[in-house]
Amino acid sequence: MNLDLNEEQKLIQQTAKEFAEAELAPVAGQLDQAGDQQPFFDNLQKLAELGFMGLNIREEYGGAETGVVAFSVALTEIARACASTAVTLSVNNMVCEVIQAVGNDEQCRQYIPKICSGEYPAGAFALTETGAGSDPAGMTTSAVFDGDEWVLNGSKIFITSAPYAGVFVVWAVTDKEAAKGKGISCFLVERETPGLSIGKKEEKMGQHASATNEIVFTDCRIPQTALMGKLNDGFRIAVGELAGGRIGIGSLALGVGLAAIESATGYALERKQFGKRLADFQATQWKLADAFTELEAARLLLMNAAFQKEQGRSFARAASMAKLFASESANQACYEALQIYGGYGYTSEFPVERYARDARITTIYEGTSEIQRLIIARDILHSFS
Amino acid sequence: MIFELNEEQSLIRQTVRDFAENEIKPSAAERDENETFDRALMYDKVGELGLAGIVFPEEYGGAGADYISYAIAVEELSRVCASTGVTLSAHLSLCANPIYLFGTEEQKKQFLTPLAEGTKLGAFALTETAAGSDAGGTRTTAVRDGDSWVLNGTKIFCTNGGEAEINVVFARTDKNAQKHHGISAFIVEKDTPGFSFGKKEKKLGIRSSPTSELIFDNCRIPAANLLGEEGKGFKVAMKTLDGGRIGIAAQALGIAQGAYEEALNYALERKQFDQPIASFQAVQFKLADMATEIEAARLLVYQAAYKASAGVPYGKESAMAKMYAGDVAMKVTTEAVQVFGGYGYTRDFPVERMMRDAKITQIYEGTNEVQRIVIAAAITR
Repeated sequence: MNLDLNEEQKLIQQTAKEFAEAELAPVAGQLDQAGDQQPFFDNLQKLAELGFMGLNIREEYGGAETGVVAFSVALTEIARACASTAVTLSVNNMVCEVIQAVGNDEQCRQYIPKICSGEYPAGAFALTETGAGSDPAGMTTSAVFDGDEWVLNGSKIFITSAPYAGVFVVWAVTDKEAAKGKGISCFLVERETPGLSIGKKEEKMGQHASATNEIVFTDCRIPQTALMGKLNDGFRIAVGELAGGRIGIGSLALGVGLAAIESATGYALERKQFGKRLADFQATQWKLADAFTELEAARLLLMNAAFQKEQGRSFARAASMAKLFASESANQACYEALQIYGGYGYTSEFPVERYARDARITTIYEGTSEIQRLIIARDILHSFS
Repeated sequence: MIFELNEEQSLIRQTVRDFAENEIKPSAAERDENETFDRALMYDKVGELGLAGIVFPEEYGGAGADYISYAIAVEELSRVCASTGVTLSAHLSLCANPIYLFGTEEQKKQFLTPLAEGTKLGAFALTETAAGSDAGGTRTTAVRDGDSWVLNGTKIFCTNGGEAEINVVFARTDKNAQKHHGISAFIVEKDTPGFSFGKKEKKLGIRSSPTSELIFDNCRIPAANLLGEEGKGFKVAMKTLDGGRIGIAAQALGIAQGAYEEALNYALERKQFDQPIASFQAVQFKLADMATEIEAARLLVYQAAYKASAGVPYGKESAMAKMYAGDVAMKVTTEAVQVFGGYGYTRDFPVERMMRDAKITQIYEGTNEVQRIVIAAAITR
């Protein structure tokens, strides 16, 4: 065992930290409050130039080829400053990875470099529908082969980065008669394709700078070559790629949780009541000790999952454990951090209320905590019986 | 970054697991029931495996392995019998280790070597009736008289007490010093005149591990048995407990792992409403949470051990590991009893013992409340 980051991983962590402090932290509050959103896009471009959109992508496709551990630590540092930027980064990396893992060489060359370079501010992952959330196999968006094209009809919801994504990875039913989950395929859809429209933008509790929209397909015709991977193999692809995404979301949650509790620690060392600093009271010390311990455990679970993935081993259980634990711990840390701030914590004068709102989604998206528990339990029971 | 055991660590896990399953487990329930410490089994055989001094250099009779290997050994023993786990942890972390860290070359040859070789058993005596979490309340005294120190006072809750040949004992050497100043550490051998054992505690759990009172009545020991500097005993105790937490954290981890495996196997077999109870989400979620939290605890324990072996500060990490693993052990064993239902509440199944055993890991070698103080102090420093 060696639990230390290597030099390259440390360098990436340091680069992310410096960028987050210099560029992201100063504008995160403004972006959250629906101010000028241009800095968000400027920062995405700069992050692309630093190689952060394809951290685990091969150099031939414009990626940084630095591995999964580096991806995790970078995302945590970005999320400490701005969760909206971090989730965009996480999804962009996931989209690049799914194309790299499943797409043919032509598809890889067509799209991955554009996301990695920042030519596309984002890529999107379009799986969820109104009737297909935790149960994606229940989707109804369809793709019918007509002539030499696929025709898409239906709508997807909760699509991160939809208004500015250059390419969408879209799942649709290609065989209605097949058993559940066996007739779904995966497609690459470019944003200017006629028949693809961007629907309403969700008003969310947090992560405001990251747009989340409905997308609608109305007789949307895409070429035969837009099929990614094998026909009717899409559900397996989605399930596999979501496991990698979970490392991203867990790493994001860790960053938000750390930002919240570190900020509360600073406050507890300054704020005085009853003639003593808040940090001098055991009630406060307990909150800090528990939050830091759980976030440290979350970090180790994430590193473990990232390591397993990097080694090419099965990592679904480890990724679910890490995502479950990190997102739950981050929410708990935000809750206690806000409590330490008291009434001030409830105001937008301090960033802790934003952290609490931003953290809340992490136990929900890319698989709720309940789904993570199901995945873990199934894996355990499967390996025992 | 490498999140996998190396060959030596894997070999130790396999060796200790086989030994624990084949030799320790069969008598665990009976030893618990009868409160018997089977030294030949629980210590001598553990010593024969090379575990008694696993982390110490070979020149002192040790195996020269790292702290992760040690943690794995305690974990695997505790997975089937927490009493056997704590016997090793108290012996190695609390007695042999301070002698290794603070002893003179002579003391290491005389005391550490037989401890590490497994021919003598060690114990650690710090706690007193008025000095629990607050070691500054120590009242046992040691007075210098010629070439001797003369000890008077009583220690309580001493693990391996009454069985150990070598005891690390803390006593006040400067009556005028306040709180944790003026305390010194000593090595006291069993059978020293004036050293006797009082009552053996009746306990909720770890009943196969003896916990006794140590009584010093004009107990005269050689001046050469002062361990570390005179008046610096508090530092010896704190450094010792930093390492001890790794052992207890590993013990807690092992208890949790054992209870989880019992619950998992039972859930796959037990049928209600015509299906194994493992098919119900209520049970699946318990198993998923247990497995996740155990994995988190394991990584915290191994990280503390990794840092201890790397020679970097690890006080905060060992406090986190001990606190978290202890809480997880209590939670997991409680849930394991719940999975077993009424059967879990009986002594026909081991989870009842495991739940009782888990409780002490939140208390000894620094309560989890004290661990939180240690962690908070490290964070806000």
